[in-house]
Amino acid sequence: MKNFETEVAIIGAGSAGLCAGIQAANAGAKVMIFDENHLPGGQLFKQIHKFFGSREHRAGIRGYEIGKQLLDEVEKSGADVHLNSVVYGIFDGNTLGVVEGDNHYSVKAKKIIIASGGKENYLPFKGSTLPGVMGAGAAQTMVNVNRVLPGKEVIMVGSGNVGLIVSYQLMQAGANVKAIVEAAPSIGGYGVHASKICRAGVPIKVRHTVLEAYGENEVEGAVVAELDENWNVVPGSEQNIACDTICLAVGLNPMSELAYIAGCEMTYIPLLGGHVPMHDENLETTVPGIYVAGDVTGVEEASTAMEEGNLAGISVARALGLINDEEGKEIADNFRNRMLNLRSGAFGEGRRIAKATQVEAFNEFQAKEGAK
Amino acid sequence: MKKTGVVYDGYPSKEELEQSPGFPNTCSLSKGTKAVIECVQNIPCNPCEAACPYGAITIGDNITNLPILDVEKCIGCGNCVAPCPGLAIFTVNMNYSDTEAAIEFPFEYFPLPNKGDIVDAVNRAGEIMCKGTIIGIRSAKVFANTNVIKIAVPKEFADIVRSIKRLPRK
Repeated sequence: MKNFETEVAIIGAGSAGLCAGIQAANAGAKVMIFDENHLPGGQLFKQIHKFFGSREHRAGIRGYEIGKQLLDEVEKSGADVHLNSVVYGIFDGNTLGVVEGDNHYSVKAKKIIIASGGKENYLPFKGSTLPGVMGAGAAQTMVNVNRVLPGKEVIMVGSGNVGLIVSYQLMQAGANVKAIVEAAPSIGGYGVHASKICRAGVPIKVRHTVLEAYGENEVEGAVVAELDENWNVVPGSEQNIACDTICLAVGLNPMSELAYIAGCEMTYIPLLGGHVPMHDENLETTVPGIYVAGDVTGVEEASTAMEEGNLAGISVARALGLINDEEGKEIADNFRNRMLNLRSGAFGEGRRIAKATQVEAFNEFQAKEGAK
Repeated sequence: MKKTGVVYDGYPSKEELEQSPGFPNTCSLSKGTKAVIECVQNIPCNPCEAACPYGAITIGDNITNLPILDVEKCIGCGNCVAPCPGLAIFTVNMNYSDTEAAIEFPFEYFPLPNKGDIVDAVNRAGEIMCKGTIIGIRSAKVFANTNVIKIAVPKEFADIVRSIKRLPRK
């Protein structure tokens, strides 16, 4: 087996991983980025909507265009992107096991950034294994990346931003969305996303759930019912809605397995999607030299993932002594402020508090270790 | 009683709109074409501020602030309609003709209507309210694939119509 060495190894070539690679390589580090997919960009190339935020967050630009910008920047930076490359483990806190196509090799790195992203949650109900029931992210990949319409008549379960955005994009691709079903008493995602769905005539049913998907060999319809204040089905409220596709947009959870394998201490924060690695304000975990960025360290959205990638990239460059520390601190503070901007307002404040809890957990753990 | 408002219905209520600083009142609208910003939640977003060539939209350093429209500075050029990532900005001209108002709205579906077409005009809930005539379609490169469509509808629908029913695919 071949053994390679690098200064910085990054796992994941999505929003966070690419930004981390660009920052670290531009600071002069030798950077290798690994991604198990055959194309880089993570979720960016299926985001055909314009991003929010401000100019520094690339607001107003469609996600796939941001993806192109990042690929261009990563190429200029000199970071080396390895596709079809699965990182299956982290050993001794500094060595990756990689399978790239038919080859397998190890990579010893001075610094590792885990930017492995998140994965969709599933929702079990009667008939939920029928063909035609799928994750909203899967449907989005089908229409926007592979240009295949998963179905013509869709029910979306979940009214967070993913449910709202994918509903809109399915309509743009030519499908009809029969209803968005939301078990909570109010819509989860941005009102502006909900409003454009409403203008297209799609009912958003809050306090409703899918009881059952039915069909002979594939989905032919769903039984949808109203929920009362205790989340119990209101008897007699069941209705049949004919459809050929049921998309589940019921949240994501961090793909934190590699961090766990590497021995990073975890903390449980439901708002961030479950078990997330503890980290300090520079995104370094409890294993020195291993950093995290993006959804793996708490499910948020692409704009924050890019900023976390930027911060992780600058942090490793500082730790490697590639940037003058004062200048590095200033750049890092700027990225942190940009994140605070995204984590503010009615939709961001909860995440800001949750992320602070995560750093607190890190500090408490280190204090306890120090006392031993 | 059924609760109303953007988080329950998916579109802002009359009260939410009237309380938001980007929503011009009837008096301002009588003075000429104005932007109508239907952004009522504190989300982190500010491209509209830079999109206005006349400095009529202000958000400030805190990007979760709601956009404030200065109706005196706004000339109703509509340059803010396509850049809004939330598709939440419209323009309204109350006096397009003696009987009609003109409304501009963002539109991201194919096929596009043609100028002169008579189409179904819909309200914020997507319900067909009346017929309208397509009087303009703008598709500038800086709009980044958001088309801005202008429709003429009877005046009484100026505050009601916000889009058109999607056209069938061939």
